[in-house]
Amino acid sequence: MKRLKKVGLIAVVCLSLVACQGGVPKEALELSPESLQQRQTQTRRFDTNNEAKLLTSGAQVLQDLGFTVEDSETKLGMIAASKDRDATETGQVVGAILLAILTKQAQAIDDKQKISVSLITRPISAKETLVRVTFQRVVWNTRGQVSKTEPLDDPKLYQDFFAKLSESVFLTANEI
Amino acid sequence: MTNTVKKTACAALVVLLLAGCQTDSRDQVLATSESQVALRSIQSRVFDTTDKAKTQRTIIATLQDLGFVIDKADATLGTVSATKLNGYAMRMTVSVRDHGTKQTLVRASAQYNQTAIEDPLPYQQFFTALEKAMFLTAHDAD
Repeated sequence: MKRLKKVGLIAVVCLSLVACQGGVPKEALELSPESLQQRQTQTRRFDTNNEAKLLTSGAQVLQDLGFTVEDSETKLGMIAASKDRDATETGQVVGAILLAILTKQAQAIDDKQKISVSLITRPISAKETLVRVTFQRVVWNTRGQVSKTEPLDDPKLYQDFFAKLSESVFLTANEI
Repeated sequence: MTNTVKKTACAALVVLLLAGCQTDSRDQVLATSESQVALRSIQSRVFDTTDKAKTQRTIIATLQDLGFVIDKADATLGTVSATKLNGYAMRMTVSVRDHGTKQTLVRASAQYNQTAIEDPLPYQQFFTALEKAMFLTAHDAD
């Protein structure tokens, strides 16, 4: 009987491991209360109807920041770019070393990251165009496993980006 | 029953459970679990507009509002692909095409990590968000 219980337990564990469907979180495609806040952080209004100029300057700034342009569609006002960089953080390394000493086991730490960005322009009137930029990243640890997949939503990041874009296009980036 | 037999049976059971989902991973290339027709209607809506470019721009804005980063867009093909990373990876392709002479058909297809999304709810949510941005009602495609 004990054996049977064990086998049963193993079967249950296996079943849950190989469950075919992963559920989509309910909020994944829902407009959240933070959506509006994020839109404001990620968007600036420029007093120009020259969408091409904004896109060109956007591409320049992305290049300045070391991004590789992966795709673009000027007819829709879109540039997509990415860069692969080191993701090692000193604090994490120190933590991993301490933990390794305590547990006598090598600890995985963040190793590499891929940062992707899309820059979208959108004319809203005869004299104004919006630019919205969004960053996100995937981080892999030293074992080659994905350790983080996350949006990058620090407002400072966006302020700095738009300051550069504003300089590049010789126009003021207005808050929306 | 000897111990060996029991052990073998146990191992066989485990293997069976592990392999329960698929026997040849290449079958995934042309695989869909929902019927084609059902899936298409879940993923499609029709809007009363003929402005495809504007529809595509609105789709891009909606995807951005939902936290996606746009990966690719093609005005000629009418497609937009985007990825959302938030502890998971959700990829979505939204295409736009003429539907008769007065309407535009929008179709979205998405995957969540390694699985195709075939549940109607996420698509309903997407089209609800798109409707608001379009200032138009989304009709079911017939």
